[in-house]
Parts: sequence; structure tokens; C-alpha cells
Amino acid sequence: MDVAVEDPFLGYDCGPFFCELGTEREGDKGAAAAIRRRIAALGLGTLRARARAAETDLFNLGITFTVYSEANAIDRILPFDCIPRLITAGEWAHLDRGVRQRVAALNAFLEDIYHARHILKDGVVPAELVLGNANYRPEMEEFPVRFGTYVHIAGIDIVRDEAGEFRVLEDNARTPSGVSYVVENRHLMLRAFPDLMAGMRLAPVDDYGQRLRAALSEIAPDAALDPQVVLLSPGIYNSAYFEHVFLAREMGVPLVEGRDLSVEDDRVFMQTIAGPRPVHTIYRRIGDDFLDPTVFRPDSLLGVPGLIGAWRRGHVALANAVGTGVADDKAIYAYMPRIIRYYLGEEAILPNVETHICREAMGLAYTLDHLADLVVKPVGESGGYGITIGPRASVAELERARAALTADPANWISQPMVGLSVGPTLCEEGIRARHLDLRPFAVTGRETWVLPGGLTRVALKQGSLIVNSSQGGGSKDTWVLADGAPNGAPNGASA
Amino acid sequence: MNLAPPLLARYAESLFWMARYLERVENIARLIEVTYTFESPGRESESWYALVRINADEESFSRAHGVADPEAIKHFYLIEADNPTSIPAAIEAARTNARVLRPLISTEMWKQLNQFHHALTAISPAELEGDALSRLTDRIREGVQAQTGITEGTFFRDQSWHFHELGRLIERADQTTRLLDIKFHVLVPYAREERRVVELTQWGSVLRAAAGYHAFRRVAPVDFSPADVVAFLLTDGSFPRSVRLCLEEIERHLVSLRIRYGLGGTRAALERAEEMRALIGSAEVERLSAGGLHAFLDNLQSKLILLAAEIGTAFFRDWRPLATDPAGQQQTA
Repeated sequence: MDVAVEDPFLGYDCGPFFCELGTEREGDKGAAAAIRRRIAALGLGTLRARARAAETDLFNLGITFTVYSEANAIDRILPFDCIPRLITAGEWAHLDRGVRQRVAALNAFLEDIYHARHILKDGVVPAELVLGNANYRPEMEEFPVRFGTYVHIAGIDIVRDEAGEFRVLEDNARTPSGVSYVVENRHLMLRAFPDLMAGMRLAPVDDYGQRLRAALSEIAPDAALDPQVVLLSPGIYNSAYFEHVFLAREMGVPLVEGRDLSVEDDRVFMQTIAGPRPVHTIYRRIGDDFLDPTVFRPDSLLGVPGLIGAWRRGHVALANAVGTGVADDKAIYAYMPRIIRYYLGEEAILPNVETHICREAMGLAYTLDHLADLVVKPVGESGGYGITIGPRASVAELERARAALTADPANWISQPMVGLSVGPTLCEEGIRARHLDLRPFAVTGRETWVLPGGLTRVALKQGSLIVNSSQGGGSKDTWVLADGAPNGAPNGASA
Repeated sequence: MNLAPPLLARYAESLFWMARYLERVENIARLIEVTYTFESPGRESESWYALVRINADEESFSRAHGVADPEAIKHFYLIEADNPTSIPAAIEAARTNARVLRPLISTEMWKQLNQFHHALTAISPAELEGDALSRLTDRIREGVQAQTGITEGTFFRDQSWHFHELGRLIERADQTTRLLDIKFHVLVPYAREERRVVELTQWGSVLRAAAGYHAFRRVAPVDFSPADVVAFLLTDGSFPRSVRLCLEEIERHLVSLRIRYGLGGTRAALERAEEMRALIGSAEVERLSAGGLHAFLDNLQSKLILLAAEIGTAFFRDWRPLATDPAGQQQTA
């Protein structure tokens, strides 16, 4: 490969950020270099052609989310970048421990606040932050859940800062999505770029469905010998419908809608061609509010009247449990390091992004003094509303933020701008550095298991830190190197 | 020995309708083929209007287009998605049901249907003109046949398979009656000998559109009459699109559901199917072809609707009368 193809990495510059395929790190056993070499050998033209074919494949397979406009339903794929993100076995061991610790703390916290409330009484977390939270569910009080597991499926959003340290940006303890892309991206890479991973030993991602089904069977009511698990979806018009299909298929369980289920004598049944059949565990992909119109939103057509009653009687298990939203709130996030210490007696393995709690005098003072350098976020909101990014804000915007902070400090937290790590990404101009995050998925029944890797999201716009699919984000395959054997080609012989 | 839980009622309903709509796509293409191969120079509009009549679309067509000219009719059935009896509407409904069924059907079925849908919702007016039209109808037929083959080769043969096949066969039987009926609607104002030749040509076209021409030649007398064609399409025991064969297959699937899966709800539908088979068996085709064929076919179509309704009542709809899903609402018998 002397002169034949121009080096596609020409012009690649990761700037001050950590590069997931370039920055030197222990334990990579030459894998990153091998991947870069192989990509270089393919050349830009081949890369682009294969990437296009891969995206067409996604479209034809209907691995899409649906965007509804006034008149049309448009199927969109989540843009896929073919250059993988690499995680070493050592890094993964660290992430895996950190995620499991996080999930353990979330569950301990939920168990406590819905029972004895020690943490509130001890003043570690302000009581009004929990009890006044819109996602706090009084229905859950004194209600035991099996194994103390409330969050059966968690997605922990993790970023990596300039120093290479992994930090948690957000916990998703309600119905985190994206795991289907983890598996589908791997299948896509196996089809489109088999030569890129030849000889690499990667941790497999194929047993998510089995693990999930096992956990959901574990939490089923005692009486069920062969528990019937179902996945409850809002239906084909939901934008995440593909993921629901994926999960139902991988688990081998029916995908049901609310209208397939009914409750009689506090027991849940699904309507089959042979009449009603009992259901024991429901993996629900609809929010608390919509689960049961007799308890929550009366206008919900997605839910099942009487479901909560059946659940409280212990005749059916719900995953995730009701009321987990109080734990993944931004206000609680700030307290997570203290929550971990409180319940587990350990320091957080994966630190938070440094967070200043403005309801506390020190946090407020610091925030007001450094407003221009900080990202200020309201605690109750999601989806990026009400955020002021100090370094990118005008003087007027900063003044507005200052006024809002002073008026109601308890509503705000602030964080420094994190320089998210980057990965080489195929762009119009060539291979360029784009910011990434990582969402590992943890499944918990009796114990917690974390799917190796997770969803790597990439902000496709230059300089952008926003990886959400609604704002120009895409995804990459996440390669976790298996421990043990060497990776990549020996002596760099193969390209 | 069956350990899997019984099929979700909603899945059974979607399977039935997905298969029906796909079969309908193929048959609309066949009806269009028979229409443009009819020899009736100078009377093109009548020929094409027969299509509107056998679909009972007179009103909706006149609202959309007013005057019946061949171009408007082709447009109506091949391009207009808001016409519920058009090919784009049928493929849309098939795909919506397939989306519901994605957890159940094979990935290969879904992928082909998804691509086929993309192709059929992008038919351009240029493809309706001249020789392009026959290539288009070929493509449509082959698309459905590909799906049929993929289904045969990849779809798991449990209860779901039977509901899929029931939908397909009921639609096929219905469409064969319509194909026969199209002949009734075309006026043949020729003199005696001339008329005989034209008629034979036209019956040949009907047979070809039903893919039965060569088989018919093998089994029919040399000097065949229209009655032989009618008998072939209604009562032949080996021709895959004959009403009788469809009914026999329908009974076979219903019996499988009853015996293998213990579904007693098949009883009423089985009775309907037997009754229809008896009706066809006793039909005096000679007399029917002389007159009364149209009424006979009409009667068969009504009975097929009742048969579908029995299956629906037993397995799909009765459990929750207020089913309000858009996928369900679009299902039209």
C-alpha cells in the first residue's frame, strides 16, 4: 500500500480531546493501530461505498425510527458511522464495575425512599427533592419488589473527558432505549466490514435477549412455574417500535399492546386465539403515566385498566417498576456520589461530571462566580430545555440565567463544559474527529449484568457535543476487546 | 405437542389481512392484465370500465374522475393511494399489518415486503403507458409471488401459518370470481360467428390472467365452450386458483387449527366452507354460462364474506368490540 491510496486519515486532528482510536492506552494490544491501518488500506472510496450500502441495508431491513409530519410517516435510519469505537478489556472491566455499582445504588435508593426513608431523615438528600418530585409515586410506598430491584433495565450515559476519565453524565432508569442498535450495528459491521475485524477477539453482544428474558423470568410472581413474559409497546406508531420488535424477538416473547391485555380478579391476561392466557411479567415500554388509566392518566389508551391493582397484589411483575423516574432526575443525579457512599460505603467508581448544586450556598456562589464557564441546567426538565451554555452564551443570556438562578437557586445545577472524547468518523471532508458518548445497558433481576460495550453515539456535526438522534446524532459499533489473547494481526502483518 | 403459548388474537388478525392484501395486489394486477389484453378495438373505455364495476367502485371513481377514460382508470388503480381498492392502498395496508407482525414474521419476509412497498408507492404515470404497463403488472405480480415464496420457505408453520393461508385463500377465491365476472361486464356486440371467435379470445385472456391457460388446454375438450372455462375456474380440483381448490385448502387449514391446536371456534367457518363447496359442486355450469353467472358469482362473494366473518368472530374481533387501531380500521372485505 505504498502510493495506491491516499491516507484517509490525512487531516485527522483530535485536538485537545481524548481519541478513542488514537490516544495511546494500555492493554489495546495493537488493536487500534490495526483498525486504523485496515481503514487506511480500504481507502476513502471503498469506505464510502460500503457505508452507503450498509445504510441502504438498514433502510431495507426497516431498522428505522419513524418521524411523523402532517401528512406522512417517514422512516429514518439512525445514521451509522462505520469506524468502530474501541474499548480495551481493562477499560471495560472498570466501566462494568462502575455501572453495576451505579445500578446497585439506584435500587438501594429507591427501596429506601419508598420505605424507611433513612437517607432523607439523615439529611443526605433533601426530602422535598424526592417527595416533591413529579416522578415520585406514592403508590409505591411500602410496596415490596422482588430482590429489591426497581430498575431492571438501566442505561447509564457515560462520557470521557480530556484526561481520559470516564464520567457519568446521566442515569436512565425508566425505559432507556438504544440497545437494539448495539446488536444491529454489530451485525451490520459483520456483513459490511468483515475484513476490519478479522482476527480481533471482541466481547459478543448477542446474548442480551437471553439475559433479559432470564431476569424478567426471575422477577415473575412465585406461583408461575413457567412465567409468561410479554413486552408492552405503545404500538407501530411509536418511534421506538423497531426496538420493541427487536427485544420481543430476541427474547422470544409476544409484543403486546395495552388492548391485548385485560385484568380480571387482579390477574393479567393476554387475548389469544384460544382465549385469555395469564401473563406474569411485563417489560413495559410505556411511561408510568400511561400504564393504568384507573390510577394514572385517565385519558391513556395505551395502558391496561386495573394493571396497577394486579401488580400491587403481586400477581404480575413490571419492569421497570413504577416510580423509578425519581432516581434518574437531574436533581438526584447531583447527589449520586453521596448516594453511593451512603448505601454502599464506597466511592463512585465512575465519577459524575463535576456538579454544583445551587440549592446549596457553596454551589450557588461558585456557579454565580463562574457563570461564563459553566453549563447551567434546570433540574426538572429533560430534552435540553432551559440550558444555558456559558461559554457560548451572549451577555444578555448570561444575565437572564443569573436572574433565574438568584430567583430560585434550588431549581438549578451547574457543570463545567466537558470536552467529550472523539473518534475518527467518516464525514463529507474525509475522516474527521467527532465527539462521542457511551450508553451501556445493565440488566438486573437477582443480579446485575452489563452488556459489553453499549451504544456509542456520535455527534456528526463538527464541534457539536449533542449526540441525540433528534439533533444530528448517529451511532457506531462499540468493540470491547476480549481479555486474554492478543488482538489484531501479529506484527502488523495484515492490512 | 405444542409448548408455545397460543397466538395473540391481534397477530392472527393481522396475518389474515396481510395475506389478503398481498393476494389482492397480485389480483388487481391480473385484472388489469386481462383488461388490456381484451380485444375490443374502439371500445376501450367499456373494457376498462368493467374493472371499476367489478370492484363496485362506480361511485368513488366518478367522484374522483368523472368521465371514464382508460388513463383515468389505470391511474385510479395503480397510482392513487387514497383509493382504497388501488394497488398502492393494498400494499400500504399489507405493510402496516406486516409492521404489526414484525415480531412474528421472518426478517426475509419483512425485508422483501418493505422494499416492494417502497417500489409500489413510487409508480410513475409514465409506467402506465404503452408497453410499460405490461412490464409494470409483471413486476407487481412477481413481487407478490416472491413474497409468497419467501413465506413458504421461511415462515414458521404454527398456528400463525394457518391464519396467513386462510386470508390468502379467501382473497384468492374472491378474486377468481371477480376475474370471471369481468367477462360478464364486457359487451360483445358482434354477429354470430365473429362473436364466437372474439369470445374465445376473451376467455383465453381470462384464463391467461389467471395463469390457467395452458393447464386448461391440457384438460379441456378441443372444441371447448365458455362453459368449460367457467367450470375450470370454479370447480377444477387441481388448478391453484379455482374456487373449489381454494375452498378445499381453506377447510384443510381450519381442520388443522381444530385438531392440532384444539380450536373449536373453527366450527362455524368450516360449515360455511363446506356449504360453499357443495354449492359449487352442484352448480349447473352450462346453464350458468348462458345467463345467471353474474348472480351466482355475487352469491359466492357474499358467502366468502360470511366465511371471513366467522373466522373473525371466532378469533379476532369479538373479544374487544371497540378495536380502534388504524391498522384494523383499514381492513375491508
